[in-house]
Order: sequence, then structure tokens, then C-alpha cells
Amino acid sequence: MKPDLWQLYRSMLKSRLFEEAVIELWNQGKISGEMHLAIGEEAIAAGVVSHIQEGDALALDHRGTPQLLMRGIDPVSLLLELLGHPEGLCGGMGGHMHLFSKEHLVASSGIVGASCPAGVGFALAHRYLRPGKISIAFFGEGAMNQGMVMESFNLASVWQLPVIFICKDNQWAIMTSSASVTAGTVTERARSFGIPAVEIDGGDVAAVWNMIKPAIDGARGGKGPAFFHMHCFRPEGHFLGDPLIRIARHPVKGMKPLTGPLLKSVTKIKGTSVKGRSQSVWGVLSTIGTTMKNQRGKQQDPLKRARKKLQAEKVRLQTIEQEVREEIQRAVHQALQIASQESKDTSP
Amino acid sequence: MKKISFAQAIESALAQAMSMDDHIIIMGEDVELSRVNLFSRFGKKRVFNTPISEGAFVGAAVAAAMAGLKPVVEVMLVDFIGTAMDAILNHAAKVEAFSGGRWKVPLVIRSACGGGYGDGGQHEQSLWGWLAHIPGVAVVVPSTPVDAGGLMVSALQHEGPVIFLEHKLLADYWLDYMGGNSREAVHFDVPPDGAYGAVPHTWEAIPLGQASIRRKGKDITIASVGVGVHRSLEAATMLKRKGISCTVLDLRSIAPLDKATLCTSVKKTGRLLVVDEDYCSYGLSGELAAVVSEARISFNYARVCTDDTIPFSRNLEDDVLPNKTRITDAAVKLMNE
Repeated sequence: MKPDLWQLYRSMLKSRLFEEAVIELWNQGKISGEMHLAIGEEAIAAGVVSHIQEGDALALDHRGTPQLLMRGIDPVSLLLELLGHPEGLCGGMGGHMHLFSKEHLVASSGIVGASCPAGVGFALAHRYLRPGKISIAFFGEGAMNQGMVMESFNLASVWQLPVIFICKDNQWAIMTSSASVTAGTVTERARSFGIPAVEIDGGDVAAVWNMIKPAIDGARGGKGPAFFHMHCFRPEGHFLGDPLIRIARHPVKGMKPLTGPLLKSVTKIKGTSVKGRSQSVWGVLSTIGTTMKNQRGKQQDPLKRARKKLQAEKVRLQTIEQEVREEIQRAVHQALQIASQESKDTSP
Repeated sequence: MKKISFAQAIESALAQAMSMDDHIIIMGEDVELSRVNLFSRFGKKRVFNTPISEGAFVGAAVAAAMAGLKPVVEVMLVDFIGTAMDAILNHAAKVEAFSGGRWKVPLVIRSACGGGYGDGGQHEQSLWGWLAHIPGVAVVVPSTPVDAGGLMVSALQHEGPVIFLEHKLLADYWLDYMGGNSREAVHFDVPPDGAYGAVPHTWEAIPLGQASIRRKGKDITIASVGVGVHRSLEAATMLKRKGISCTVLDLRSIAPLDKATLCTSVKKTGRLLVVDEDYCSYGLSGELAAVVSEARISFNYARVCTDDTIPFSRNLEDDVLPNKTRITDAAVKLMNE
């Protein structure tokens, strides 16, 4: 079997345009709180979720929008949830980090690593109630340092549960470079629990689809868990409002509020040596530098990479893009209309 | 006196203490950036990032404190403390008792708490009552820059573990993560006197367990912490117009608790209204009622707390968290009893 690249591209684009609309709504102040996006992770979500059957379960982290859309959750209900509306997916109670759909067996958590025990638990229930069904846990490489993640690997392995662990590696644990706080390699960690582990370019949707298929089929057939280390990138930062991204995009304006206090502090008499201080400042600057470099790395964009493979059929591509664009525009329009209706009803 | 922000006050108090005591180290998620001024001045040996491993790094901080260091360990949001709870509940809190008082754990755990910006029930909890429930742990909840700095100095001098909770509506860096000035349409109900204020040039310790009387009145004692203090003060101003005169007590630390100031005030007013952003049941509000009852003081009682999981929706959230209207209504009802 081969992946249907057209279908995969369509669902990736839907997710991307949905999240771009979310950026706009958040900037307008219509969506409150933090906002963690999955822009850059679409190929992973599409390549994996396209294998999902009814009865399978998904355990998501704080960037679960693509999986929810790809699993067939109505974009209007999702948007209404993000707008905090009573008709939203969770009645306005959850918001983007706490999205649940009982009928789809999809649960999210904003606690880093929590999707792994959830994935194990869904798989455990499947063994009794839904033989042949699997669960998939999505989490970042930052979560690989949470104890509960390691404990989950062990449970999944000793109990040989049908759970697939998807580690989406965007290189950043919140605003700390993961390489600087992570020992060894994540695949070796999974292997040490007896779980087969594969490293994949998570920006190549066809590769994701192809490589995950045997593991999913295996899990359905009782072969136990599998682990995938999938590389991706994070152009919008940890969350919208990420100071590193703000500085990377507008260095002068972004650095201005930081520079004064930093210079004042770094020149105070008591503290570490001049060498130690300059190492610190250099460390901060190099983190900013890495962020700027990553910002320029647009060639990694999984959508552009998938599109390139389809561009020979220009008309078909444009038709799909137009359809998806209109679908998202309609959803945003409809959601905003319902939201404004409500506020008119309640205003005195 | 100079005027600085709540977060700057904590940083300034830490800087003063760190320059006098080499044993103080700061560790936690992202601290090399979030505490960039301290990182630049004191270097990576004393201010360093951790992985997202709260269970391990808080647990390690406990033993490092036992072995002679003075760690200030940061758990980004108090909601995330669940993953570090064993280190706090069964270790930090117990070592002194288990060792027959011979071994102490001089540890400060800094954590952001509180709601009012639409982030949902897994990121906006207060949890101070839950934490203060554990014997052996001090819990501090400052409400102004001057208190935040002074209490941090005390926390660093304290011989046991201190959990230092910083309300996010007072911590400007957190609201900056919400887009800062880039999202003009978003309004946060930030208490101005809490977020910004005059502080001394040299920090002095404000003792733990010493409440501050923010306003004096004869009819009702309102007791609160954190942003709740400011909401109570606003409500007290409104209540004054209705002819109800309120004392507002800022407890500042809930463990140890200033029972004497609380009881003295309630004895005078005969009424206690607790305003608590933490959960209602089995928490601070019930504890204060018990303390006053145990002192054999006759009083009428009401509380305004967070009764349920905090909704994501801003509209719903505003009704769930203690707000001016809820406080005023409860006070009027209490007066009419």
C-alpha cells in the first residue's frame, strides 16, 4: 500500500490554515491565554492519524489541533472551544490545551509527558474491550525527561500493549535547547525498554506514513508497542508570544526592554568572574542566534515539501487548496457568527 | 524608595541574597532566559536550566539543601507541582521530623500561580491550601512588590522548605508571554498596587507568619492573600459606600499563619469573610474559620473562593474566581445575618 499524498496534503493544509486563523484570532484578543501551535508538525500528525480506525485512541499534548482536525472533529466546534464558547467542543471549559472528545477517544493534557501514561491506559482498556484497536501517544522530545514517560515505556513493554509512542522532536524543551538538558539519545532510551525505536524525518509525510504502517499493523496484531523519534521544527516558538521568536523576528525592538536591565545586572560588583559573565551573555545570545537561524529554515516546512511532489498537477493542486481555504474561511466565519450572536443575546 | 515591578522586586531581593551567600543556586525550566539578569551576573554555576523533570530536580534540590546548598528551585507553574509532589510531601516536609530535628532542608520552591487570563484549569490553580496542609512546609503568597522582596529574603533565611507562590497577574513577565503589548484588545485585571510599587534600596526580611492590615474597619474582617487582597480592597471601597466598614487582612504567608492578628481582628468585628482564590473545600477558608472558633471567639462567617475547576472561557472564569461583585454580595449578606 502507498500513501495517498493528495489526501495527506489536504489534511496538512487544513490544519495549517486552521492554525493560521487561530493566530489571527489570538492576536485580535478573541482567544485568551497561552497558545501553543503545531505549525511544523503537520506531516507527523497527518502521516500517523491517517492510519487511525474507529475505536483507536489518541493521547495528545498541548499541541493537538492537527490530530483533532484529522480525526474528524468539526472545525467550527473546535474554533468555538478556543473562543471559549458554550457550544465549543468542551463547552468552553477546556481551551486548546485541554481538548477532549469522548466519542473519538481523544484526550489532551497540558502537563508535559502526561500523554504517555494516557496512551498506555487506553491500550490497556483496548486489550479487554476493543481487541485489534491501538492507541497513539504524541509528545515532544522535552517530555522524554519526565519520569512518567519512562515508566510508561516500561509498562507498555512488559504488558506488550498496543500503543505507539510518537516523540515529536522540535529541539526545544519550552525555551531551553533540548540537547543541552538531555543525555544519550531518545531512541536508545526506548530500545532499552525492549521497544523497537525508529528515527524519522518528521517533515516528510510520505516517509512518516510508510514507516509507521508496519508498527501500527503490528500493534493491532499483538506485537506490542513501538517508538518513533520524528524530527520537526517550531517556527512559532513554544507559544505565541514566545520572547525568543519576538526577538528573532524584530531584534532591535525585541532586545530593547532586555538590554538595559541586563547591562545593569551584569556590571554589578558582586557576582561571578568576568569570564563567567561573558559566557552567560554569550549563551543567551547564541540561543537567540539559533532561534533566528531556525526562523530562516523555511525549507523544512512539511507543507512546502509535500506540495513540491504534487505541483506537476497544478490544476488539481490549486483546486484542493481553494477548497480547503474556503472550508476554513467558512468555519471561521460561522464560528465568529455564532460567538457574536451569543454576545448580542447576553448584552443588556 | 524606588518603584519597581513585582517580578523585579523578587529578582532584586534574590540578587542581594546571592551576592552575600555563595550557597544560593537557582535551577528550573528556562531560568537562564527567564532570570537572564541573574544568569548573566552570577553565571551558569549558580543559575542553570533543568530539563522538564520536576520530580527529579525538585527531589535533587531537597537533598542538595540537606547537603549544604541553598537551592531556589523553580517549578514554572504550581499546577505542574503534581509531578514533583513526592519530593515535597514525603521528603522536603519530613526530613526535619524524621531526623529528630537534627537535619533541615533550607529550600525555596518558586512557582507561578493563579488565574484571570483565560488559560484553563490545568494552568491557573492556586493550590496554596493543598500545599500548606502538609506539616513542615512554609507557604508564602505575597501581594505587593515590597512584600515579595522582603518575604523572599525571609524565605532564604528560613531553615526549612518554603514554597513561594507568585500570582501571574502580578508577574509582568508572565503576562508578557500572553503577547504583552502586541495584543491590545486583551485586558488583564491587574491590581496596579500589586504589580508595581515602592521598595527599599536594601532589602530587609519580612518575617513569615506576620499578616499585614491593609485597611481598618469595624464591621467585617476580610482575610485574603495574593490578588485576592486587592480584590478585597476594591470591594471594601464599594462596601464603604453602602455603610459597611471592612478590615482587610493580607495574611502574606499561610503557613506559618498569623493566628493572633486574625483572631484579634475578628474579635473586634465579629465577622469573618475569607476571600480565597484557592479551592473552597478543605482549604484556607475552612482553616481560618477553625482557628477563630478554636480561640472561642463568637463570629459570623462567609467565604468567597474558587468552588470548581477553573473554566477556560474568560466569561465563565471571571464568575468562578473571587471577584469584587461576589465579595461585595457576600459581605452585604453577612452584615444582614
